[in-house]
Amino acid sequence: MTTMTTSSADGVSKPFIRDEMWAFLIMTALLVMVPVSGIYPFFVMQALCFALFACAFNLLIGYSGLLSFGHAMFLGTGGYVTAHAAKVWGVSPEIGIVLGVAAAVALGVITGLIAIRRQGIYFSMITLALSQLLYFVYLQTPFTHGEDGIQGVPQGMMFGIFDLSKPITLYYVVLVIFLLAFLLIYRIINSPFGEVLKSIRENEPRAISLGYKTDQYKLMAFILSGALAGLAGAVKVFVAQNASLTDVHWTMSGEVVLMTLVGGLGTVFGPVIGAFVIIAMQQYLASFGQWVLVIQGVIFVVCVLTFRRGVIGEIAHYFRRSL
Amino acid sequence: MQALYAQLLVGLINGSFYALLSLGLAVIFGMLNIINFAHGALYMMGAFVAYFLLQYSGLNYWWALILAPAIVGLFGILLERTMLQWLTGLDHLYGLLLTFGIALIVQGLFQNYFGSSGLPYAIPDLLKGGVNLGFMYLPIYRAWVVVFSLVVCLATWYLIEKTQLGAYLRAATENPTLVRAFGINVPLMITLTYGLGVGLAALAGVLSAPINQVRPLMGADLIIVVFAVVVIGGMGSIMGSIITGFALGVIEGLTKYFYPEASNTVVFVLMVLVLLVKPQGLTGRAA
Repeated sequence: MTTMTTSSADGVSKPFIRDEMWAFLIMTALLVMVPVSGIYPFFVMQALCFALFACAFNLLIGYSGLLSFGHAMFLGTGGYVTAHAAKVWGVSPEIGIVLGVAAAVALGVITGLIAIRRQGIYFSMITLALSQLLYFVYLQTPFTHGEDGIQGVPQGMMFGIFDLSKPITLYYVVLVIFLLAFLLIYRIINSPFGEVLKSIRENEPRAISLGYKTDQYKLMAFILSGALAGLAGAVKVFVAQNASLTDVHWTMSGEVVLMTLVGGLGTVFGPVIGAFVIIAMQQYLASFGQWVLVIQGVIFVVCVLTFRRGVIGEIAHYFRRSL
Repeated sequence: MQALYAQLLVGLINGSFYALLSLGLAVIFGMLNIINFAHGALYMMGAFVAYFLLQYSGLNYWWALILAPAIVGLFGILLERTMLQWLTGLDHLYGLLLTFGIALIVQGLFQNYFGSSGLPYAIPDLLKGGVNLGFMYLPIYRAWVVVFSLVVCLATWYLIEKTQLGAYLRAATENPTLVRAFGINVPLMITLTYGLGVGLAALAGVLSAPINQVRPLMGADLIIVVFAVVVIGGMGSIMGSIITGFALGVIEGLTKYFYPEASNTVVFVLMVLVLLVKPQGLTGRAA
């Protein structure tokens, strides 16, 4: 995994943490101002959900070196369970989100126990196959309504006071959830647990010889990443008001890889930038049909061949900072 | 019983495609250390090249059987020389991401020009019709696909396990630096290996064209099943890939008959079971 080493492995000292704090404040300020700026808030909310999804994915690939090619299964499961709970059971949004995340955690435990039995490239193929298995399950079980998906999910009142059907309220609720989750991820990667993950990424046999049960660390990282991806899916339900098969399809798993790769694998802010870039691109190119796929493919190829650090990774490398 | 035999035959045919594709993946992985995500897209290209040959130059199925793998193989060699070779020494995952990108480009382009519906490709005259075996009706073309795939698989096995060239190949898989020191052109062998693996995928595409129609996305879902096949069988052994491919096709066919709801998922479920019981895969070396 040495080739994946980013500047964060050079040792983060105190001033660099201040950089990250400034970057976080700038990001927060920009996002808080969105509703007054005239930018279409629906677009930003959608991008925030995908940014959270990409950050969750990055927790796994960027910090423990495991490439999951089936992360859409968490996004989709979180979404389906939340949508079903909110629409059919009529629970309030916060309970719906909790149920969605709980389902993602359960899925993470089961799939994690299976997938971490193999290393490296096999791990990617197994996660992809598992998510395809789940795709067919969701295609056939009645509660997901197959090709139609769960539509017209009521937005409801969060905690009984925040009316999510008002765009402004919804925007700030989504933003707060995103920022809290972002801080949680930041906390995880800078905790002793996160340091062990990085050591596994850099040299797993060494970590084992130091007495770490690496399989347990990897499983924990997988579950955490899956839970946060499930959270992204659950929140997305209230933005899009539906849950559909698109969110469980392998193309979605590929998209989150692309977002993270464009922004920068193993960088704190990279996945956010990557998600905004890719979602914006899809918005502008929506009328070009399949060209979106072709362009995404080209971005993949260009990134892998020439731009492996991603946008934020390149900036961080240039200024010799950790972002 | 008729339906059971029919599903068994369909299973054997799907098994031939799994075998040809997982064989190519295993050969490529051995030499390049890359999981070729573009394999499904190249399989689709094989079918399309056969379609173009018939449509625009009047070259029939038999020509396509030789020309399509050669053309797509050359395209693969081009990919290897221009892109994949730059990944030597990098982490495995970049090879997967790069070939995934290539698959998106190829599938996207074909979808743009040909939509998502299937184009028909006629069964060649010589293989039309069928024989009544008494217990079932056997379409000749379907029998041909199974037999021909088996022959190609065994020929590939023979090439790699029993010939001088195959010995170089296996040696280069183990230790490329040492083999180079003996004056053997390993980079050339790597390129040709990729061409061979891709050619096998394209051949499977040509074989499937008269059965499954020619569609831009015909390889997209197939490749994920083949990945599961590879996880089950392991990529260490050529014969292992062949046997696992055919066996899983047959099991899938049987599932279609006894419990059709699970026919899409049976291979993945088997993968889970194998991982729980024997994590290294049935034949594979630990990786």
